[in-house]
Amino acid sequence: MSDIAATASAAPPVDVSASLPARLAKGFVGRLVIIVPYLWLLFFFLVPFVIVFKISLSQSAISMPPYTPVLDFSSGWSGFVGKLKQLSFDNYLWLTQDALYFKAYLSSVVIAGISTILTLLVGYPIAYGMARAPATIRPTLLMLVILPFWTSFLIRVYAWIGILKPEGLLNQLLLSLHVISEPLVILNTYTAIFIGIVYSYLPFMVLPLYSSLEKMDYSLIEAAKDLGCPPTSAFWKITFPLSLPGVIAGCLLVFIPAVGEFVIPDLLGGSQTLMIGRTLWNEFFSNRDWPVSSAVAVILLLLLIVPIMIFQQAQARAQEQGK
Amino acid sequence: MNATWSRFNITSVVLGFAFLYLPIVLLVIFSFNESKLVTVWGGFSTKWYVSLFQNQGLMDAAWVTIRVGLISATVATVLGTMAALTLTRYTRFRGRLLFSGMVFAPLVMPEVITGLSLLLLFVAVGLDRGFLTVTLAHITFTMCFVAVVVQSRLVSFDRSLEEAAMDLGAPPVKTFFQITLPVIMPAIVSGWMLAFTLSLDDLVIASFTSGPGATTLPMKIYSQVRLGVTPEINAACTILIAVVAIGVVIASIANKRREVQRLRDEQAAQRG
Amino acid sequence: MKSLGSIRRAFAPWNDPNAKPYIQFENVTKKFGDFTAVNNLSLTIFEREFFALLGASGCGKSTLLRMLAGFEEPTAGRIMLDGQDLRGIPPYRRPVNMMFQSYALFPHMSVEKNIAFGLKQEGMPSADIQKRVAEMLRLVKLEQFAKRKPHQLSGGQRQRVALARSVAKRPKVLLLDEPLGALDKKLREETQFELMDLQQELGLTFVVVTHDQEEAMTMADRIAIMDKGEVMQVATPAEIYEAPTSRFVAHFVGNVNMFEGKVADRTAGTARITGASGAQIVVDNGDAKPGSDIVFAIRPEKIKVSSKKPAEGVNALEGEVYDIAYLGDMTVYHVKLDDGQIVRASALNAARISEDPLTWNDRAWVSFRPDAGVVLTR
Repeated sequence: MSDIAATASAAPPVDVSASLPARLAKGFVGRLVIIVPYLWLLFFFLVPFVIVFKISLSQSAISMPPYTPVLDFSSGWSGFVGKLKQLSFDNYLWLTQDALYFKAYLSSVVIAGISTILTLLVGYPIAYGMARAPATIRPTLLMLVILPFWTSFLIRVYAWIGILKPEGLLNQLLLSLHVISEPLVILNTYTAIFIGIVYSYLPFMVLPLYSSLEKMDYSLIEAAKDLGCPPTSAFWKITFPLSLPGVIAGCLLVFIPAVGEFVIPDLLGGSQTLMIGRTLWNEFFSNRDWPVSSAVAVILLLLLIVPIMIFQQAQARAQEQGK
Repeated sequence: MNATWSRFNITSVVLGFAFLYLPIVLLVIFSFNESKLVTVWGGFSTKWYVSLFQNQGLMDAAWVTIRVGLISATVATVLGTMAALTLTRYTRFRGRLLFSGMVFAPLVMPEVITGLSLLLLFVAVGLDRGFLTVTLAHITFTMCFVAVVVQSRLVSFDRSLEEAAMDLGAPPVKTFFQITLPVIMPAIVSGWMLAFTLSLDDLVIASFTSGPGATTLPMKIYSQVRLGVTPEINAACTILIAVVAIGVVIASIANKRREVQRLRDEQAAQRG
Repeated sequence: MKSLGSIRRAFAPWNDPNAKPYIQFENVTKKFGDFTAVNNLSLTIFEREFFALLGASGCGKSTLLRMLAGFEEPTAGRIMLDGQDLRGIPPYRRPVNMMFQSYALFPHMSVEKNIAFGLKQEGMPSADIQKRVAEMLRLVKLEQFAKRKPHQLSGGQRQRVALARSVAKRPKVLLLDEPLGALDKKLREETQFELMDLQQELGLTFVVVTHDQEEAMTMADRIAIMDKGEVMQVATPAEIYEAPTSRFVAHFVGNVNMFEGKVADRTAGTARITGASGAQIVVDNGDAKPGSDIVFAIRPEKIKVSSKKPAEGVNALEGEVYDIAYLGDMTVYHVKLDDGQIVRASALNAARISEDPLTWNDRAWVSFRPDAGVVLTR
C-alpha cells in the first residue's frame, strides 16, 4: 500500500496542463451548485430576518420608510457604538403593555392547536382508508387529495363564505330539512376559522399520514391478531405508534403555518376573532407601524422556532432513512 | 398495506373527498348563476364570464400573475434543483446545517413573516416595490418546494448510473446533463408546476412585496372578496380552477400513458 | 410400499385407523374473485405431527395456511381443529400462532416486548410473562439480546425472535410460512435441525409452508405436494420420493427419468412396455391393462451405466455418453439413447478410481431392474 502511494507521489503527473484546469472546472462547478442557492437563501431568507430584528428595535417615524434606521455602518465603529445606545426595546415593551397582543398570540396558538387536532381527527380515517384501498386505485386517490392543493388557497377559503353565511347554502339546506328553525351563525365566528383551517390544511395532514401508513407492512397487523390482539387494540398498539412520524409531520405542517394564518381569519373570522397574523397585517398596512409589526413578527418567530426545528429534524431524519 | 377494504374505510375516504370537493363544486356551479345573489339559484347564465373578460383591471392582474409565475417558477426550478443536489450529494461542507434549515424552514414559515421580512429587505437595499420584487420573493419561497420535490427523487436515484457513465469516459458535468438530469426530469417538471401554482396562488407575500402597477390576481380577487361575494369572482375562480385542473389532468394522463407504454414494452420484452 | 412410512421414527398416526385427526380440511375451496386458490381440498393432520405443504408459488399453500390462521375464510367447506369448527373465529381467538415469512417483528418494540406481546393479550400475570419470556429467550439462545430492537439484529437472530414470539403462547398448532426462506444456505441447514428439535421438545403440531423440497424432506413427518389449489399427494418424504403417484409429483421432487410407452403384454406381476421407437422394457406392475399408455418413472441413482451390455434379467438400453458431471461424491451421466431420449444416471463414487471409466461420446449401456421405478398412469 505504502509502495503504491510512494510511486504515485514520486511519478510526475503525466499532463499537468490538461488535468489541472479540468479538475479546477469540476471543483468550480461542484462549488457553484452549493454556492448559488446558498447565497440566494442567505440574502433573501436569512438577511431579511436580521433586518426585521433590527427594525423591531428602531423607533417609528412618519416618513418613507417609516422608521429611523439603527445599526448604520456608514459612520464607522464609533458611529456604530453611538447608534447602539439608540437601540430601543420600546416596541417590545409596547407589546407587553397592550393586552391585545398577548391575547392575539395566545388565541392564535390555541386556535392552531385545536384546528390541528381536528385536522388529525378528520385526516386520519381518510389516510387510513386510502392506505387500505386496493393498490390499483391508490395513485388516483392520492392525486385526488393533492388536486385541491393545486387550486388556489384563496379560492378554497372564499368558497366557504357562500356556504357558511347566514343565508348561505348550509343554512338553506338545514332549514329546508327542518333540522333548525333559525339560521346558524357560523361565518365570522371561531367555528368558521376551525372549518377553514381544517379544510385548507387537510391535504398537508393526509399526505404524510398516508405515506407512513401505506409503507407499513400489513403482516404486522396480522401478527398482532395472530397473537391474540383484537383489531381495535391492534390499531392502538401497532398501527398508531408506527404512524407517529406521519402524525408528527402532519401536525407540524398544519400547526406552524396555522399560527400565523392571515387569509382564513380575515375572510371567515370577521372582525371579532383575534389572530396574530391579522394583527401583524393590520399593524403593517393600516397603522403603518413597521417597527411594531417587526417586533410582532420576531415574537411570532420565537414562538414557532421550536416546532420549526422539530420539523426540520424530522425532515432530515426522513431524508437519512430514504437513503 | 393490503387487506380488505372495509366499509368503514370506504366511507371515510368517500366522506373525506366529499368534504374536499363539495365547496369547490358549489363555487363552480354558482358561477353560472343568473342571479346576482351568489347563494340563490336564478337560472343558468354565462353572463358573469362575459363581464369578467370586460373587467380590464382583472385582466391586467391576471397577466401580471402569469408573467410572475412563469419567471419565478423557472428560476426557482434551477435554484431548487441545485439546492436539492447540494442536500443529497454534498453531505459534508461548512454550514450544511444552516443550509438545510434555510431550505426546509420556508415550507412552514407563516407567510406574513416571509412577506414582511422580504419587504423590509427590499426597502433596506432601496429596491422599488413592483414586478421585480414580487418575482424575487416568489423565487425565494417556491425554490424550497422545488428542492424538496427534486430531493425526494434524488434520494432514490441509483448512483451506479452516474458511475457507469464516468466509467465509460463521461466527465462529471457531462454525466450530469446526459444521465442525471434526464432521469430526474419528471421530478423537476412537477417541481416547476408546483412552483408555478404556488406563485399563482400567493396572496400574502405578494401583498407585502408588490407595489403599484404590479397587482396580482389573488390581490385583486382578495380586494373584491372583502367587498362581498359576487358571481363574477366565482367565474374568475372557476377559470383558475379549470386551468389548473386541465394542467394536472393532462400531466397525469401523460404520466399514465408513459407508464402503460413502459409496462407494455416490458411485457413484450418478456415474451421475447 | 411395506415399511417406507416408518423410516424416520415410530410416529405414524396416519397409518392407525383409530387415530383422532387433529386438523381437518373438509372439501375446502377458496376463491379470490375469479381465481380459485384452493379447490375442494381435503386433508388431515395429526397431533404432534410436523407437516409440510410443498409447492411452487401460487399453488395455494399459503392460502391454506392463512385459512388455518384465520386471515382468510374458506369460500366453501370447513376446517376443524381438535374437534372444533373454526368458521367465524377471528385470528385473535384461534389457538394457533403463525411465524410470518417476513417475520413481522414489531419495529417499535424490543425483542422481549415482541415475545411478551401475545402473552399480554391473554392477560397473563406479568411475573409469569417475565418467566415465560426468559424461558423463550433461553430456548432460542438470545438472552443477551432481550433489550435490542429488531433492526439491531441479524437475519438469523430475527428469525429466532419470530419463532420465540410465535411459540411463547404454546399454541395448539404453530404455522410457519417459509420459515427459513430469508436465511442463507448454511444457516438454513442448521436451523432446520433446530426447528425439528424444538418441535420435539415442545410437543407442538407444526404446519410449515415451503417451496424448498429439501427443507420439506428434512423436517417433515409428512408432506403434501400441492399444485393449482389441489393436493397431489400426501405421504412421508420417503414415499414421496420412492413412490410418487403422479408425473407431477415425480417431477417436482428430485430428478427423474420417464419412459413412456404402451403395455405390450403382462406376465405374473410384470408388464412389457414398448416405447415409441420400438425399444422394450420390463417393469413391475400388477394391473396395467395391455394396450394402455403408461409411464415408467425411475430415479437416476437406480440406473447403472456401463460400457458393456449387462447380464440378462435386467432392462438394458444402448446409447452414447452425452455429458458427464463430476460432483465429488458422485458422478452424473447423461446418456443419449439411440432413440434420442436422454437418460440421467448417477453413480456413487465409492472407489477412488473407477473400474469402468467412461468418457464423452463413448458407447454405453444403461440398465435397471424392473422394480427400480414406479408405473404412473396420471
